Amino acid sequence: MVVKIADNILSPLGVTTAENYQALKSGKSALRLHDCRGAVTQPFYASIIDEDKLRVGESYTKFERMCIQSVETALAQTDLDAASDRVLFILSTTKGNVHRIGTEESPLLGDSAKVVAGYFGNTVPPMVVSNACISGVCAQIAAMRALELGLYDYVVVVGADVQSDFIITGFQSLKALSDEACKPFDAHRKGLNLGEAAATIIYTKSDKAPEARWNMVCGAVRNDANHISGPSRTGEGSWLVLRDVMRHLDIDELAFVNAHGTATLYNDEMESIAISRAGLADIPVNSLKGYYGHTMGAAGIVETLISMNAVDDNTVLATRNYEQLGVSHALQVSNRNGSTEKKAFIKLISGFGGCNAAAGFRRIDK
Amino acid sequence: MINNWVRIKSGYGPSVEEIYKDRIGSYAKFYKMDPLSRLGFVASELLLDAEGSRDREWGETRGVVLMNATSSLADDRNYQRTIVGDDAFPSPSLFVYTLPNVVTGEIAIRNRYYGETNFFVLPGADPEQMSKVIEMSFCDDKLQSLLTGWIDCEDEEHYDALMFIANRTVCGRRAELAEEIAALFEKEIKY
Repeated sequence: MVVKIADNILSPLGVTTAENYQALKSGKSALRLHDCRGAVTQPFYASIIDEDKLRVGESYTKFERMCIQSVETALAQTDLDAASDRVLFILSTTKGNVHRIGTEESPLLGDSAKVVAGYFGNTVPPMVVSNACISGVCAQIAAMRALELGLYDYVVVVGADVQSDFIITGFQSLKALSDEACKPFDAHRKGLNLGEAAATIIYTKSDKAPEARWNMVCGAVRNDANHISGPSRTGEGSWLVLRDVMRHLDIDELAFVNAHGTATLYNDEMESIAISRAGLADIPVNSLKGYYGHTMGAAGIVETLISMNAVDDNTVLATRNYEQLGVSHALQVSNRNGSTEKKAFIKLISGFGGCNAAAGFRRIDK
Repeated sequence: MINNWVRIKSGYGPSVEEIYKDRIGSYAKFYKMDPLSRLGFVASELLLDAEGSRDREWGETRGVVLMNATSSLADDRNYQRTIVGDDAFPSPSLFVYTLPNVVTGEIAIRNRYYGETNFFVLPGADPEQMSKVIEMSFCDDKLQSLLTGWIDCEDEEHYDALMFIANRTVCGRRAELAEEIAALFEKEIKY
């Protein structure tokens, strides 16, 4: 059984997972209106990390500093020797140091992963999962598989993205951004907000961590085979991943489904179809994008960790900024924190390239 | 273990577009694709012709998991050029290809594959690490076969694709698989 032994979230809302969870529970959001800058010629709503608040690795890029600080904070919760050749680093990111394109310095993701692992003395060739918005869930699935096959004894999964001019102008050109704080699943949703975060989960097998409290139970990845930048109208891939993870979970143990819920018209509509098709329409659904925006390579990890903390706290977090159902299939979405006694949840996510992923997590009560 | 494979490499034989015109030629979307997706699309078409199973419905049983070192660098550079300078006009059609996994989506769409699609960026073309990624993919118990391999495209003049079909026989035989991949990298081109 694959279990979590340590974690961290670094975001504008806090530098530990607990700080982040408490901020969300009290309804705080890091989304702000930002002015034009560099190549960005229109103002934008986003959640941005103030670089002055990063404490480690001044000689590295912002992206690397975020990753290093997040991993360092997680490692401090364990006595793990991160330099061991039984420890694999998996980096989850879409664009890493993309701002270096056109400069003499390397923008390659593999080089960034080596910098992060190397900071901790680890020389095992790292892996980077770059599977669009679903990278953070795919990286956890990769970690689970590497452990189950016995390839490594510990996997440090770290996800991050920095909101460079490259990404902001790109989403503006696609007209995918909302000019106000995003409203997942709402009738008046206008698009997504971008966000910055780094998040870390360290996984191992339960025989090495008998005290661990969270089990990664299952995970699946499927393609819509439909369109490279638009979700399937039938929610095909998203339904397939939900159907697959439900082979390993009991509907009666589910506290909630933590959806992608980007607040674009098509994503939220597609997820409502998929959740309904999977027979999960009566399970509470939430989205955390109204707190953080879309943190890309970090999203799947941040949202998994917040969901674990919510279950620990017997809470279903509110979908911030949601007011009125705006998707064709009724979902149990709320803008207020709810309570739950259930011990498991599903993290659901979708991305460009037609990819979809879901993973199931269960709290271990001794 | 690897019966069907394709190798397309810059500097050897015709260009990707020439191979497309000569051997495929009827998929208009090809011309909308970025250099990485064009390379992956052409390699996958030739590979599947060689496999001779184009009419089969694979559903969730076939996946596409590709690897490289340079992510979507060719298209990243092309998009970056559209956002700088006095006449900057960010191109949405270039931006959507600035994710390396889009090529896996293009192949899934073309062939109606609903299985896992995933993209791993690695420090280099290391057959041992590649064989680990492939064996990890088969932890999905619905997966019967995988379009996989190395597909690197720094720009339209510098690219290298080694694509092959792996099936469940690779499970538990990682060292052998790594040796086969290493041997294929020693060969120059085949398509």
